[in-house]
Amino acid sequence: MALSKRQRARAIRIGQYALLVVVVVALALSADWEQVRKAFFNTEIASAMFPNVITVALKNTIIYTALGFAFGLALGLVLALMRLSSVAPYRWIAMVYIEVFRGVPALLVFIAIYYGVPIAFQLQFDPLSTVMLALGSVGAAYMAETIRAGIQAVPKGQIEAARSLGMSSARATVTIVIPQAFRIILPPLTNELILLTKDSSLIYILGLFREQYELTKFGRETLSRSPSLTPILIAGLCYLIITLPLGHLSRYLEKRTGGKKISTPESTGLGVSA
Amino acid sequence: MSDVVVEVTGLKKSFGTLDVLKGIDLQVNRGDVVCIIGPSGSGKSTLLRCVNLLEEPTGGKIVVDGAELTDPDVDIDKARTKIGMVFQSFNLFSHLNVLANLTVAQRKVLKRGEQEAQEVALRNLERVGLSDKVNAMPAQLSGGQQQRAAIARALSMDPDVMLFDEPTSALDPELVGDVLGVMRQLADEGMTMLVVTHEMQFAREVADRVLFMDGGYVVEEGPAEQVIGAPQHERTQSFLARVLDPTHHGPRD
Repeated sequence: MALSKRQRARAIRIGQYALLVVVVVALALSADWEQVRKAFFNTEIASAMFPNVITVALKNTIIYTALGFAFGLALGLVLALMRLSSVAPYRWIAMVYIEVFRGVPALLVFIAIYYGVPIAFQLQFDPLSTVMLALGSVGAAYMAETIRAGIQAVPKGQIEAARSLGMSSARATVTIVIPQAFRIILPPLTNELILLTKDSSLIYILGLFREQYELTKFGRETLSRSPSLTPILIAGLCYLIITLPLGHLSRYLEKRTGGKKISTPESTGLGVSA
Repeated sequence: MSDVVVEVTGLKKSFGTLDVLKGIDLQVNRGDVVCIIGPSGSGKSTLLRCVNLLEEPTGGKIVVDGAELTDPDVDIDKARTKIGMVFQSFNLFSHLNVLANLTVAQRKVLKRGEQEAQEVALRNLERVGLSDKVNAMPAQLSGGQQQRAAIARALSMDPDVMLFDEPTSALDPELVGDVLGVMRQLADEGMTMLVVTHEMQFAREVADRVLFMDGGYVVEEGPAEQVIGAPQHERTQSFLARVLDPTHHGPRD
């Protein structure tokens, strides 16, 4: 019996659903649910993690991320303005910085700042400064490119209007261009914040006091005392508490700005040098 | 001091190998309304943008209010505070409300206090009939309202001359009248105005003098009734025929 094209498509779809049901049922029947529960969600281990997982670990993750983001945003803005400078060496310096810090692992930057700098310069950063400098200097490289694209996406007419009212180039950049650029790049900056939240876990390689633990370190430390995946699962859920709302925020902001994707032209020759 | 506000001599402007302005002389006296008409690509917008140095002239001399703008050492930011500019696409600052659009340059450039800047802004919003839109964002306004707010923004700097670059070209037809009405009122109040426009009726009724430009030159110049009513030059005649009676002409070539 020959099936029509529509009938064949329908048969294939039914087959796909059937396969899914078979696999799920087989897994459910074969699994030792008690074992699974112990492995993934041991309530004793889980409840022992509270309240410290929130009051210490989650709090520290947020603090570390916020510090790194703030430093990275400030440095990123400076780098973006350097990238657009009419002074060529500024452009080169910013370009080299961005390429280097985007191209090496963030972990290497943590190691360099925490272990490398003291050896080279007799200058020891505490973990808090390390996480701010390391996360910030990596984040800055990404944010610089985003901010530059945002600045270049501000319509040329806005700058002309500002200049025709007697504003200097620098004044127009600060008063008109940068505030508008940040409106444009709010969604990608929120995504950058999500990435930094996850990268804050890299601090686990540093020697930390217990009250300095963030989520990853806290989960790992609990793991060493309890033979269960529960601590990692809890830590993971705590990350989602931060990142899921940020992801929604980013999508909402993108929708509000009309979902405009900003282009990243190499140069539009706008007079926005600092 | 003689009452010449804008004096342009031998102005030339090229973009690469393209010569847009090929030697323009223009003089605008205080209180005069001068309209510049001509086909697109004739260089009229470029001429206007040279008068406040948004375009850097390639040659010639521009003097506004006694300040030579073509002098490399001129304080261009200071000179521009005396030259109001109104753009075809309004260019209100999209992140600021109407009031802040009118006060930001007063505060940051003229260093006026918050209260003085607001008083000046409110006075000028009243002049353009937008007193009820003080706190609106630009995106909430119609094109005509945006353009009137942009005019009020330029007026708030107390300029000696206002430049209008096709101020009604981007507007829906029924909104054009509001903007032209405000401009006519400004002219009646004695404002010195240099207007690039396609509104022949406005030019005819309001302008003291009309310039017809084509191919980078001023082809014809004189009182409105003469240039628009009884053009002498063949190119002016054919341009006006097309603009004033567009349905009775076949396409060019």
